[in-house]
This record gives sequence, structure tokens and C-alpha cells, in this order.
Amino acid sequence: MSDLNLDKLPGGFKGMSEDIGSDQTTFKGVNWGKAMMWIFLLSDTFVFSCFLIAYMKVRASVVEPWPYPSEVFALEMMGVPVPLLLIAIMTFVLITSSGTMALAVKYGYEKNRKMCGWFVLLTAIGGLTFVGMQAFEWSKLIFHDGVRPWANPFGAEQFGAFFFMITGFHGTHVSIGVIFLFIFARKVFRGDFDTGRRGYFTTMKSDYVAIEILGLYWHFVDLVWVFIFAFFYLW
Amino acid sequence: MSDELNINKKRNNQIKTKSSTASGRGETDIDYVRPSEIPEQDLYHGHSFITKWIFCQDAKVIGVQYTLTAVFTGVVGLILSWMMRMQLGFPELFPFLTAETYYQMVTMHGMIMVVYLLTALFLGGFGNYLIPLMVGARDMVFPYVNMISFWMFFVAVVVLMASFFVPGGPTGSGWTLYPPQAILEGTPGSGYGILLMLISLSLFVIGFTMGGLNYVITILQARTRGMSLMRMPLTIWGIFTATVLALLAFPALLVSSIMMTLDKVLETSFFMPTIIKAGEALSYDGGSPILFQHLFWFFGHPEVYIVALPAFGIVSDLISVHSRKNIFGYRMMVWAIVGIGALSFFVWAHHMYVSGMSPWFGFFFATTTLIIAVPTALKVYNWILTLWRGNIRINTVMLFCLGFIVTFVNGGITGIFLGNVAVDVPLSDTYFVIAHFHMVMGIAPLMVIFGAIYHWFPLVTGRLMDEKLGKWHFWVTFLGAYSIYFPMHYLGFIGVPRRYFEMYDSPYMTSAIGMNEFISVAAFIVGAAQFIFFYNLVKSLRLGKPAGKNPWKANSLEWLTPDVPPTHGNWGEKLPVVHRWAYDYGVPGAKEDYIPQTTAPSEVKDAEVEKT
Repeated sequence: MSDLNLDKLPGGFKGMSEDIGSDQTTFKGVNWGKAMMWIFLLSDTFVFSCFLIAYMKVRASVVEPWPYPSEVFALEMMGVPVPLLLIAIMTFVLITSSGTMALAVKYGYEKNRKMCGWFVLLTAIGGLTFVGMQAFEWSKLIFHDGVRPWANPFGAEQFGAFFFMITGFHGTHVSIGVIFLFIFARKVFRGDFDTGRRGYFTTMKSDYVAIEILGLYWHFVDLVWVFIFAFFYLW
Repeated sequence: MSDELNINKKRNNQIKTKSSTASGRGETDIDYVRPSEIPEQDLYHGHSFITKWIFCQDAKVIGVQYTLTAVFTGVVGLILSWMMRMQLGFPELFPFLTAETYYQMVTMHGMIMVVYLLTALFLGGFGNYLIPLMVGARDMVFPYVNMISFWMFFVAVVVLMASFFVPGGPTGSGWTLYPPQAILEGTPGSGYGILLMLISLSLFVIGFTMGGLNYVITILQARTRGMSLMRMPLTIWGIFTATVLALLAFPALLVSSIMMTLDKVLETSFFMPTIIKAGEALSYDGGSPILFQHLFWFFGHPEVYIVALPAFGIVSDLISVHSRKNIFGYRMMVWAIVGIGALSFFVWAHHMYVSGMSPWFGFFFATTTLIIAVPTALKVYNWILTLWRGNIRINTVMLFCLGFIVTFVNGGITGIFLGNVAVDVPLSDTYFVIAHFHMVMGIAPLMVIFGAIYHWFPLVTGRLMDEKLGKWHFWVTFLGAYSIYFPMHYLGFIGVPRRYFEMYDSPYMTSAIGMNEFISVAAFIVGAAQFIFFYNLVKSLRLGKPAGKNPWKANSLEWLTPDVPPTHGNWGEKLPVVHRWAYDYGVPGAKEDYIPQTTAPSEVKDAEVEKT
């Protein structure tokens, strides 16, 4: 960013209109990858919105009763069914992993290679735990309660269909994130972002901005989970 | 008169002094351009045949790959349309054309032309080739992702074509793939055909998203020094807005594809209501077919503008270059593109007037639809005003541009008919609709594609295309296309329904027999004329007149590269520096009738250029 002094640029609305009217970059000082991730997340927001709106539409119009979430998603603890216990833990784990991701970004910008690596790894483990618990939840619903995408014993069959589709799609996002977190943890520990080592596939150099970009994705996946949580478990 | 001129000159000078001091820097250097904000781009240069031509990361090669693949699928779509016209014009003459194959052709023709030809060609083809060149970048911002984008598209095309060879053949549910019939037995290709279609569409969306992110970020974050958004050629504005639309509209297609795949494979009931077949209830229960229609058209209507906006942008540039005049109302054109893009997300249900929706809902969508006519009409006026008193070159490119304006106005006006609920309901599902959308988003964008290929062929290959063959190609295509689609309006008015395999002996159908035969013959001729074009392409590639640098005397950056055709990295040692918009043609006081974007103000002191 050769001659660009971000502190000298005007702020507020004037700054915004000046940035849009300027040459070269519209978002001053924003790395290409970061801008790209933001736009991708906007697009992905539309994907999840379509899923959730379709879900709301169908749930509002089905004639058969919708299963009662605090019963379906209850977990037996010492003989007492505790509603939403597993989901509470899952949500807690995922939100915590967002926290560790934020710390990884912070240490990344401080060029603290070791701490950054550990926190990326910790985030990956958090994500993996989440996916594991989701697998447990799915298997309970499938094998114990007999819920299927095409039918379920509690009422409207769309319950199973939407539940498996949307949490599955979200789980896929988490899994992809976990894979990348592990890859990037290795990259950080190896010092790729300090030495400017070139990527195996892309042959491009990278730096700690990559951790922030990965963090954006991870926070987004978390945020989507908050909506899924609200619409599936609390509605 | 001369007094008036003097006053004008005086005023212009005042404006000039005002704006040169308004920069606030107090600098006297009128050639000042801000220093570079972006680091030099790191590029991977291919060194073997595979990395140079197949898995290539150069946006220009990727653009050509996209174009060739899209044109290949387009030829398949063309052959399908021939076979449809064989059946419609001369029913029962060709025994291999059964009702099933006819529906399969209708479906594949529609999907291929809309998604795999037009979208891929405008955004993947022209987008890849032109964006880095026109904004003055060395390449797309993420060349590797861009390369994967093309290969995703390629796999999507392979999967789509594979559906011709699976048991049951391709899907025959109509390009809108409406459930429940799309996945129920009895519809052709309801087994593997529809499945491959849905998989192919999903792959297309994933591949497109990778490319689309590249286009958007290259335009927003990788422009060269001096290239502000309001100095970009309209081509880039059109492609940019269309890409944003695609990134926000394709999710709906992806979601509906996933849900229908699950309905098909796992027998979920997202879109499938309770269905009794031969006295027995199928396993489906309580789904909503209308939900699919909403999702599909939330994608489908922006899709129309994904195809149209790049065409608007490109045609503006072509008209300006070939009539040697600046584009009339540049800012208005930009805002019209952006406005049409934004409005296109609020009109989708005008495709669903007969789905049983509330009249108030239809009223809302009719209103928004008609509002789109305002910016669209502005654009048409501006094209005509650009031509007005221009120094028009009547070459093949210009002919195709004029052909575009005519066919687009024609299709646009029938669109106003169909946007109104009361007029649409009787015309729904008739040939009037076919005539409307083929005019407005079939022929009109194709005219632009041809014009653009004749225009940019010298840039890509270094050789000009044959003008004589080009003019033959234009006249046969233009007059032929009119012979095909103009009579279809009439067929629609007398009530001939679309998508019918055969009209049999119904009285008002028999009166249309002669017309159907005429349309079919015209369609065969127009299709054949496209082979003049292909011949011209191949011939000019080897034997065309060497074009040299900037054969059209154009201003925009793509013609100003040190090498023609441009090499990887586009700009040699130094990136270009931009001082003006791309439309300084025929400027009073300038020595030449064009001032390229890189010309510094001090070099053309006496020219009365627009302040951009």
C-alpha cells in the first residue's frame, strides 16, 4: 500500500463519497481477499436467507402439527428430560470458538506466530467439537426418535426435511471451515506468513491477513447458527 | 451565432479553471494523478502447454475458453431449436420427433440459451477478457480461483450434455422446471435427466460465484491510477451490475435446486403436495409448488437483467466508438443500469400472474414492472441521441448495434403489454410470450454479442473479420429473426398456446399452419446463416487483414496495450495512467477525432473536453 495514508483520508459521509468517487480502490486500504470474502458472505447470506424463508413459509402453511422443539430436542439427564441441553452446549462451543478466532486474528497482526497458531488450532478443535455434537444430535433424531427427511413421528414431515437440510448445509460450512482452520494452523506454525512462502496450489504469497479473512468466514458461520438456533429451537 | 460560441468558450474556460483549483491541492500540474495505492500484482506465468492454454490463469485465455464453451453449447441449443421448428412447421413429417423428445428439446433449448450460452458468454467470456483490460489491471485479482471457475463451468456443461445420453434422456419439464411435474413419472427425463440438470445448475452457480467475486473485486479494488468509477466504460458498468445481480440471485437457484434434488432423491416434500396417482397416494405430503415458483423467479427475473445489462453496456460503447461521439448522458446511463439492476429484484412475481395469486399482489408487481420501463426507455433515447449527428460508420458492428436497438424496443414494448395483469392473463402461455422474450432477451443480446465479437476480434487475434461476410450474416440474421418472431405475436393473439407439441385440427390452429411453415423455414435459414459467421471466424483467424493497433480508433484502455493482442500481464513494464473518460470522440479543438483515456490534459490543451 505504497503511498496511501489511511489516517489522512476524510471520515464520515464525506469520506465515503470521496472514496467512491476516487480512482483505484473503492474500499481504501482493504486487502483484495478481504473484500472478496465480504462479498462472498453477502452472497452466502442470500443462500441461507432463501433456506430460512422457505422454511418459514412452509412452516406457516403446513396443516399437520409442527413438532414441539423443547420436547424433540430434549436430552435425558439422570432420568429428567432437559430441553435444549445439547443445543445450548453446541451453541456455547461455537460462540467460544469465535472468541478464540478473534484472539488468533489479534495475535496474527501482532506477528506472534506461536500464539496465533495455537488459537487457530483451538478454533479448529472447537469447530470439530461442534460438528461432532451435531452428528450426535442427528443420530439421536434418526436412530432414537425415528425422524427422517421424508417422515417423522411427531407430525409435519417437512420438519425433518428442513431440519436436516438446513443444519446439514450449515454443518457443511462448519466442516469446510474446520478443514481450512487446520490447514492454516499448519501454515502459521510453519511460518508461511512470516517468510512469504508460496501457496502449494495458488503459488501466491500470503500474510496474516489470511487469518483475518478466515476469521470473517468463521464469524459468519457462527452468526448463521444464531439464526438457525432461533428459528429451529426457539420458535 | 459566433457570439454564442464565444460565450460558451468563456464559460467552459471558467469551468476548467474552477475544477483545476477545486482539487484543493493548489497544484498547478494539470496532469496530476494520485500515486498508486495498490502493490504490483504477483502473477503466475505458465511455462508449459497445460499451464498456458488449459489450466491457464490468464483472464484473457479464460475468457476465450468461456466463450468457446458457451458457443459450443449455443450451437447445441440452435440445433434443438431447428428440430422444434421442424415439428411445429411440419408436424408428423419426421417420425423421430415424438412428444417426449419435443418437450426435452424445449427444456434443453431454453436452459442452454439462457444460462449456459448468454450468462456464461457475457460474464465469463466478455467479463474475463475485458474487465482487467478496461480497468487497467494486470489480471483478475485471484487468477487461480478464476481458473477453477471456468473448469467448474466446464464440468457443469459436461454434466448437462451427459443428460442427453442417460436412460430416459434429458428432462422435459420446460426450462422453468416447475414441480410437481418435473420429478414425477410421466414427464420425460424425470429420472436421471432432471437430476443431472439440477446438479449441473448447482455446479454452474458454484463456478459462477468464484468468477463473479473476481469480477466484482477487480472492478472495485484493482483499477489503475486515475480510473474512477465514473470514468469506466459502460461495458464495465453493465458487467459489474450484472455480476452483483448474479451473486445475489443465483443463491435462490442453488437453494431451489438443492431442495428439488432432495424431493427427487430422498422423497422429501418441499415442493410436492399430496398427490393421488391411479387411486394411490404417493409418498409426498403437504409441500408447496408455489414456493418453487417464487424461488425460481427470484432468480429468474434478475437473470433476464444479468443477460441484458452487459448487453446494454457493451452496445453503448460500440455505438459511441462507431458514431465517433461521446455517449449521450453517461451518468444517466450508469444510474439507469444500477437502477434497473436494483428494481429487477422486485418484479419476479410478474411471471406468476396465473399462479392464483392475490390480485393486490399482482398489482404491486405490475407497478414495479412498469417502473423499470422508465430507466430502460432513458437508455434507448440516449443510444439514439448518441447516434444523432454522429459521424456514423455503417460497418458490421454498427449494423448489429442498430439491429439491437430495433429488436430491443420491439421486445420492450410487448413487455409493457405483458407487465399488466389484465393484458397478461389472456396472453399468458401463448406464442405472444415466446415472441416477447425471444425479441428482448434472445435476439437483442445476441445482436450485441455478434457486434461485440466483430468489434473485439481484432483485439483478441490481431486480425479483422471479413466485412462482406459480416454484412451478409447481419442482414440474414436480422431480417430472418424478424420473420420468425414477428408473426409469433399474431399467433399469440389468435390464442396458439406455447409448448404444445402439435396443434392437430383445432380450427384456429389450422388457420396458422401456413404461418408456422413460414416461421420454420425462416428459422432454418437464420440458423444456417450462423455458419457464415463461424466460417468468417475461422477464416479471419488465419487469413484476416492484420488489424494493427487500435483499428477502430477507440479510446478505452483495452486498445492501448503495448502488445496487440495483449500478452499475459497486459501492460508490459508500467500500468497505464488514466486522465479522462472513455468517450472523448470528436472533441472540438482536438487534433484527432479521438483522445485515448491515457492522454494527459497538457497534451490536448486546446480541446474542449468534458470534465470527468
